[in-house]
Amino acid sequence: MNAAAGASLLLPLLVSVPLLGGLASFVLGGRGRWVAVGALALNAILAALLLAATRAGPLGYALGDWPAPLGITLGADGMAALFVAVSALVTLVAGTYSLAYFAGGSATDRVFWPLWCLLLAALNTLFITRDLFNAYVGIEVLGLSAIALVTLAGDAGAVRAALRYLLVSLVGSLCYLMGVALIYRAHGVLDVGALAGISGATPPEQVALALMSAGLLLKTALFPLHFWLPEAHASAPAPVSAALSALVLKGTFFVLLRLWFEVLPATAGPAAATTEAVLGAAAIAWGSFMAARAPRLKRLVAYSTVAQIGYLFLLFPLLEAGPAQAAALDAVVYFVLAHACAKAAMFLAAGNVQSAAGHDRIDDLRGDALPGAGTQFALAFAGISLIGLPPTGGFAAKWMLLQGAAEAGAWWLFAVALGGALLAAVYVFRVLARSFDLTSMLAGRAAPRLARVSACREWSALVLALASLALGLVAGPLLSGIHGAGFALIR
Amino acid sequence: MNGTTIFTVCGILLFAIGLYGALAARPLLRRILAANIMGNGVFMVLVAGAYLPADGGAATGDPVAHALVLTGIVVAVSATALGLQLVCRLHELASGDREPDP
Repeated sequence: MNAAAGASLLLPLLVSVPLLGGLASFVLGGRGRWVAVGALALNAILAALLLAATRAGPLGYALGDWPAPLGITLGADGMAALFVAVSALVTLVAGTYSLAYFAGGSATDRVFWPLWCLLLAALNTLFITRDLFNAYVGIEVLGLSAIALVTLAGDAGAVRAALRYLLVSLVGSLCYLMGVALIYRAHGVLDVGALAGISGATPPEQVALALMSAGLLLKTALFPLHFWLPEAHASAPAPVSAALSALVLKGTFFVLLRLWFEVLPATAGPAAATTEAVLGAAAIAWGSFMAARAPRLKRLVAYSTVAQIGYLFLLFPLLEAGPAQAAALDAVVYFVLAHACAKAAMFLAAGNVQSAAGHDRIDDLRGDALPGAGTQFALAFAGISLIGLPPTGGFAAKWMLLQGAAEAGAWWLFAVALGGALLAAVYVFRVLARSFDLTSMLAGRAAPRLARVSACREWSALVLALASLALGLVAGPLLSGIHGAGFALIR
Repeated sequence: MNGTTIFTVCGILLFAIGLYGALAARPLLRRILAANIMGNGVFMVLVAGAYLPADGGAATGDPVAHALVLTGIVVAVSATALGLQLVCRLHELASGDREPDP
């Protein structure tokens, strides 16, 4: 009993440690970066402890000792713990990268760290809150800190992208809030656990779910609501792009998953779930096509995110009902984990390429102007995980997807998944081919590297790429915690 | 048609008007204002729902809904502030770009 109470304390700490770290780094100014990195490291330890603690069953914590109907409760099951863990990993490694990316003590550096910590605090809030309105606040804090981080690039293009992102984000979160208001009027409670027991398929609930889904889909950038993403993700500084693609989209996706399959499980019919899957398939096709045509590396990686988000929604009809629920949930969670690591690695590596070559126009990149082997390996490993080749995390996720599709007899998913892999190969190999382009060196007019990329930046990208590789080997043990003992996401 | 219904319908209308404005308007300032109107619509729906007509005694209000609206207003103010700041920065950058080349 005492051990369980101690473990529950992890939940408030996961929100307050990054929050206080962010505030402290803001107050301290120039020396704030070290406080922030300390908070990120502490958060990573807490996340590991949470992962271990949720093996025994979900944890709950009532804030201020006010129980559910009136107060706000926090809770984490195995799935939430995995999301918290991957956020901790990516923010810590991309944070280490940022130590070398931003000049210490510069104005940008002083603003970056508090925002970075706020972003993490908002993500953790979204993953462990059990209250729909609290989730709204989390979504807003996440969006606002992400937008402010995009502007750190400083040029007019980034500010324009940030403004567009802000407007999209506001419209999305207000749609979500309207849904929350309707649910509150219908049931008088906002606690996820309480709603799960009483929600049905009445018209107010259907309107609420439609509004909330529309808002969250806009923020998760599912095709055709992805229009704001490529610009925002491509014009942000490299570590920020990594967090935006790897984590920020997954924050709203997580809320969407809880909403559909835990809070209002009976509200959306199979038609709605199939629509999501069709949009997911369209996202894979369109995102990959645009990535294959993108002139610049960062834009290519951003469009690849549009495509990868599609896979998450492909599985919605299987999650809805039927024999393949467990395999489908495994696949969704694993896609999130694998994409988070691989995409963050790819954006960090793209940042290295941009620094070393002075630009990121793919056709003008030459092998000898690229940064060192670390970055090129990072691009390669992350790329094969995105394609879904063994033994990467992306392969494990795709394997589970096909397993679920076979169990449910949804053979069209095979076609989409395999076609998606081919399309991904097109854009990934387009990038990898540049490493072997030595024409200018052989001709004796080498285009030298503009700048040396520090070892810290090379290693950060490589560590995340290796993580996406390692995910392929530990799928079984990692996923064993999300079944049975969770919050009954799948009944 | 009682007061609650009127306020709820007005709130939904405000939300719809704001949504249209945020999507259709061209000037950035107008779109930020439209998002604010959307927010006000949501707050109105929440506050209208907080009215609890009591049989016999005095009518009371649901404090939770009021707390939600208050929090929502704080969030809306911060988001609007960030939006306005970004519009200003964009104007500065645009005029700064124009000055160097005659």
